[in-house]
Amino acid sequence: MSKKMHIKLNVNGKAEEFLAEPRELLIYTLRERLNITGPHIGCETSHCGACTVTINGKSVKACTMFVAQADGAEITTIEGIGGPDDLHPLQTAFKELHGLQCGYCTPGMITRATKLLEENPNPTEEDIRFGMAGNLCRCTGYQNIVKSIQAAAAEMNAAKEAAE
Amino acid sequence: MKDDVTREERVDNLKGLGCSRKRVEDARFTQGKGNYVDDIKLDGMLFGDFVRSPYAHARIKSIDASAALEVPGVLAVLTADDLRPLGLHWMPTLAGDKQMVLADGKVLFQGQEVAFVVAEDRYAAADGIELVEVDYEELPVIVDPFASLKSDVILREDLVAEDGSIPAGAHGPRKHPNHIFTWEAGDKDPTAEVIANADVVVTESMYYHRTHPCPLETCGCVASMDKVNGKLTLWGTFQAPHAIRTVVSLISGIEEHNIRVISPDIGGGFGNKVGAYPGYVCSVVASIVTGKPVKWIEDRMDNLMTTAFARDYHMTGKISATKEGKITGLQCHVTADHGGFDACADPTKFPAGFMNICTGSYDIPTAYLEVDGVYTNKAPGGVSYRCSFRVTEAVYFIERMIEVLAIELDMDAAELRRINFIKKEQFPYTAALGWEYDSGDYHTAWDKALEAVDYEGLRAEQAQRVEDFKAGKTRSLMGIGLSFFTEIVGAGPVKNCDILGLGMFDSCEIRIHPTGSAIARLGTISQGQGHATTFAQILASEIGLSADSITIEEGDTDTAPYGLGTYGSRSTPVAGAATAMAGRKIRAKAQMIAAYLLEVHDDDVEFDVDRFVVKGAPERFKTMKEIAFAAYNQAIPGLEPGLEAVSYYDPPNMTYPFGAYICVMDIDVDTGVPEIRRFYALDDCGTRINPMIIEGQVHGGLTEALAVALGQEIAYDDMGNVKTGTLMDFFLPTAWEVPNYETDYTVTPSPHHPIGAKGVGESPHVGGVPCFSNAVQDAFRPFGNRHTNMPHDHWRIWQTANKLGLHG
Ligand code: FES
Ligand code: FES
Repeated sequence: MSKKMHIKLNVNGKAEEFLAEPRELLIYTLRERLNITGPHIGCETSHCGACTVTINGKSVKACTMFVAQADGAEITTIEGIGGPDDLHPLQTAFKELHGLQCGYCTPGMITRATKLLEENPNPTEEDIRFGMAGNLCRCTGYQNIVKSIQAAAAEMNAAKEAAE
Repeated sequence: MKDDVTREERVDNLKGLGCSRKRVEDARFTQGKGNYVDDIKLDGMLFGDFVRSPYAHARIKSIDASAALEVPGVLAVLTADDLRPLGLHWMPTLAGDKQMVLADGKVLFQGQEVAFVVAEDRYAAADGIELVEVDYEELPVIVDPFASLKSDVILREDLVAEDGSIPAGAHGPRKHPNHIFTWEAGDKDPTAEVIANADVVVTESMYYHRTHPCPLETCGCVASMDKVNGKLTLWGTFQAPHAIRTVVSLISGIEEHNIRVISPDIGGGFGNKVGAYPGYVCSVVASIVTGKPVKWIEDRMDNLMTTAFARDYHMTGKISATKEGKITGLQCHVTADHGGFDACADPTKFPAGFMNICTGSYDIPTAYLEVDGVYTNKAPGGVSYRCSFRVTEAVYFIERMIEVLAIELDMDAAELRRINFIKKEQFPYTAALGWEYDSGDYHTAWDKALEAVDYEGLRAEQAQRVEDFKAGKTRSLMGIGLSFFTEIVGAGPVKNCDILGLGMFDSCEIRIHPTGSAIARLGTISQGQGHATTFAQILASEIGLSADSITIEEGDTDTAPYGLGTYGSRSTPVAGAATAMAGRKIRAKAQMIAAYLLEVHDDDVEFDVDRFVVKGAPERFKTMKEIAFAAYNQAIPGLEPGLEAVSYYDPPNMTYPFGAYICVMDIDVDTGVPEIRRFYALDDCGTRINPMIIEGQVHGGLTEALAVALGQEIAYDDMGNVKTGTLMDFFLPTAWEVPNYETDYTVTPSPHHPIGAKGVGESPHVGGVPCFSNAVQDAFRPFGNRHTNMPHDHWRIWQTANKLGLHG
């Protein structure tokens, strides 16, 4: 066991401050220390993407980062993307288009997709399949995930246009 | 009463059978509010994890945990010696064998559980594991089942008598210390005779490699022994919570009413979560010892290396036919690698599952099957990975045999299938290996599929491609994969299907609330199949209340009626039937209440969508909502108050979904990379409950089939080391590799199921694997390929091309 570090994070708009061993993986910080259980664990080796969160504006697999490396970071998890009163268009689209089955990959998928659509608001099917390739799903075969992301993109673009 | 909605609107409002109702589960999952086992957090909860064997076969000379116990946060280290006084160092398997919970003197596979470290959190447990010293003496390793049957090395000394004789096992006599059973079906001599006298005979050997269901969530549990009240609560990734409760009671001695097993949300199962694993037993013991809740969660490597492999069947077939291609006989021998313990999850009387469905969709008059189970130094398991028991193996076998027979006869493989299909008028059809197929219309499905893809056009294009290839105009070949499968699901009739003596019925209990909403509880458990959505639809159509007003609850043994759980596509065929039957009991009582309220005789009212109407006077009716209220607020002569029902359903037969799949693939001969250009999947699962969910199941099952056919494998080296223990080496397709699938259907309802449904979740996997494999093999057929083994990864495809001399 090594010496504990003083860590500050901002998670979903909330400031957090605590002492932690530097070796603690960020995914455990979120899930066990902060009780944010939306991000899941499917491999702990950066392959599955179930643990995907957004850190300082980038998609990151939270199992691949020590909490020490995240010190001072702004983190968004699925819990910060939308709730019962303000669903994100992606959350609605996944539900409408059957973009999930067991739901285990879903928080990571949706969190990743929010960044994908920020980076590329008009993705082709290929763009989506490539951009989502870091997130594994064992249930859906991806077809309806792709459709959900396309539908959410259209919805978001329409909303943006209407606002302009 | 005034009625301002049309009948059509009333039907729509029900959201019953046949509509693509959106899933009720999704709100919580899309918002990160699912509740999976690793999300459970209890006061004072500890974490347990295993010291695992690095060797595939070794004797354990000593275990020293003293240094581990010095680690801050480590509370206990359990070994077999600690479990022995409780009789828990071994546990029974579902297959009639027994399995070490913690290594008892030796280890039989890499990754085997040796000691259980209990600590305050997972980091402390990991630190403790590092410091447990185990002294191993290596023993010769056997990873090949054929070598195992000839070896002097005895893997299971516990199964050999002191005088060296070999006592019979759970499935009859054993012929070698490493032999588990021989299982037969069909007629041996008559089949041999037919084959000996046939015009045409082909023999082919194929290996259906070892793989793993690998759900995205691994296995795990939380055990909490409440010593004050004497109650044990066990949350876990259980596909069969009631069976787990019974097993825990039998092996721990805790009375069953004092055990509550809860399956929370489950992140995919695919067969991985059917069995009972050492982690469950150790967590329970650790909770009893420490008096605190104990959590155990596998990591991915533990998962791939130890819990629940699938397949590993070495199959040799002989198929005989007339010159015209009419099949006359089929023989199949399987050498089944079961690993170190026989922990296959099959109904008790079926040690090779339903492998005896291997005559497939064809009218084959004579057949014989023999399966030998063998011990090796590999992980135990043998689960049904997204299929009914061993049905993927059976279907792969026959769909490959058909292809090699077509080659031998120089016939088109689609035509060969067509002339051998069981005909519509032959159903119910008794196959040579014993099953009675309930219903089918294979020719219609096949013709629809071939037409949909323009099969003739594809064959012409393929022939042109071969010409172009030979002329040096292209380096790409085209494969057309065909597969026609018949599944056998819905285990099953109690007369021949049980697990540990528990009949494989299932159940549903319904309570209607006074205001006309309801809760129904079932003995099954969803792992993503959407039961909360679809079972409510079945019920809505049966009892006339909107699916939106019906809560479905599963997975808590304190509240749900006893059932055998969800696997083998049994939920819809068995629990779905129980749901309909319980619904009909509700309706029968509702009819009496309606008749009383309408002041007519019971027989003078009839059910119509959401109400009972007086026959011939449709303006006189009582809605189900009104009837529900009356059940609670009126004293009706001769009737008890309330509106509840329960049904335990013992199916009279299995159901037999079928389908026709066609895959078009382009293969780069120089890189071995296959590109799936088109995949057409026609499924007939009988009555369709929710088309959206059916399609989702087909997409998912096909993707798991793609994985298995094109790369996914649990591979061992000669020392018994697992070579594919992480997602780096174990192939799970990403969105990038997966095509869009075209889905289609025909509807041939099951004649014996109350609503005619047959189950669909596993069909695409069963039918998909041979379809992808056949596509690869078909591409090389013009160059002399007959059979190559899966998985067809790029390297193996390249090797096939190379062997056929296609690299110049
Ligand atoms: S758990 Fe982080 S990528 Fe799999
Ligand atoms: S929905 Fe189950 S893993 Fe994606």
